Amino acid sequence: MDFGTLKAHPLYQPVLLGAMALLASASLAWAANATRDAIHEAENRDLRDSLTQVLPEGFANNDLLADNALIDVGAATPLQVYRARQDGATRGAVFKVAGKGYGGEIILLMAIDRAGRILGVRVLKHTETPGLGDKIETAKSGWIERFAGKALETAHWAVQKDGGDFDQFAGATITPRAVVKTVKDGLETFARHQAAILGEAAETPIALKVEGAK
Amino acid sequence: MSTPFRTLVKDGLWNNNVVFAQMLALCPSMAVTTSGTNGLGMGLATTAVLVVSNVLVALIRGVVSQEVRIPVFIVLIASLVTIVDMALNAWLHDLYKVLGLFIALIVVNCAILGRAEAFASKNGVWPSLVDGLAMGIGFTFALTVIGLIRECLGSGTLFAQASQLLGANFAFLEIRLHDHGGALLMILPPGAFAVLGFLLAGKRLLDARLEARRKTAAAIDTAPVEA
Repeated sequence: MDFGTLKAHPLYQPVLLGAMALLASASLAWAANATRDAIHEAENRDLRDSLTQVLPEGFANNDLLADNALIDVGAATPLQVYRARQDGATRGAVFKVAGKGYGGEIILLMAIDRAGRILGVRVLKHTETPGLGDKIETAKSGWIERFAGKALETAHWAVQKDGGDFDQFAGATITPRAVVKTVKDGLETFARHQAAILGEAAETPIALKVEGAK
Repeated sequence: MSTPFRTLVKDGLWNNNVVFAQMLALCPSMAVTTSGTNGLGMGLATTAVLVVSNVLVALIRGVVSQEVRIPVFIVLIASLVTIVDMALNAWLHDLYKVLGLFIALIVVNCAILGRAEAFASKNGVWPSLVDGLAMGIGFTFALTVIGLIRECLGSGTLFAQASQLLGANFAFLEIRLHDHGGALLMILPPGAFAVLGFLLAGKRLLDARLEARRKTAAAIDTAPVEA
């Protein structure tokens, strides 16, 4: 039987499709396996870079990535907190906050000191309009740096258009408005759960609580 | 059936340019071209996928039957793009952070399936490779031009952040034309439609002029010589 008649056989098509799907899945599985560690490492490196960026130089000397905890703040998902310590003394905390921007979710990383003052804010992930809303990235403009040093009670937490302290950029009001609101939410979360976030409360960590809840 | 490589290259770059002549892949062409750098990055990533997919499709074209060729090509292209996405994320992480958003979009770029269907499934490996490369470079050229025009009119820069995409050595490409901001409309979607429209009209005008000139030249050549 030559290839032409084989190809004309009614079973040829499903077998061909199946073989292709199998080949594709196999190569995807292999590629996912081969890249998993490298991707994990790259993401950790990114996170570590962002952690050092939101903190002033010399603020902490511990490994923040290892010094983390999950805190129940009443939201759907617990808050992942990284604590900044200098020689063992807790000086502040870093955590992620998410808000809704113009193009989708904006994820910010913010660092707050013990007194509730912002040490720094950086955007981790966003899908805002390139060329407009993406000015919240430090690579595009220094806008996000003006949050440093602000606390809940020392600023009007709104964009200038809404009578607040923070300027919007030309053509994009929704994005800065979302970022300002998200940062404010983060500060409020911190104010409500300060002891737990800084790791100084009698509260037990979530992992233990779940076990004990039975 | 075989086409000389010269024709393949000319087709890809100009005569049958993906954006300007075939008018395919207009979604990425308009969505990501807010700056020259974005256009260039998307073009290069697409070129890489296009070349590999063309070569693979040409290799398996004998085995694939007419009836199921489209699903087979789609599975192939989607797997390819996913692998490229993961590999960039793992080993060229900085580039991935610039291009990340665009890479998944390459799957739905109809230019790639279009070339697989129209060319690679009917031609050998070498012509398919040349075709993929020429079409990819033509696409990159189109995207970069649209991006540069929109960037120049909309934000007053050229190739902003090129060093993030190409490395610090290419920082010289970044030019700041003026500091007055610019026409915001050009950065927004309507700007993409406007620029593309003018470019398409311009190309047709140019082609019509060239055609007219060729005709007069031919007429003069064949005209009887008067004494």
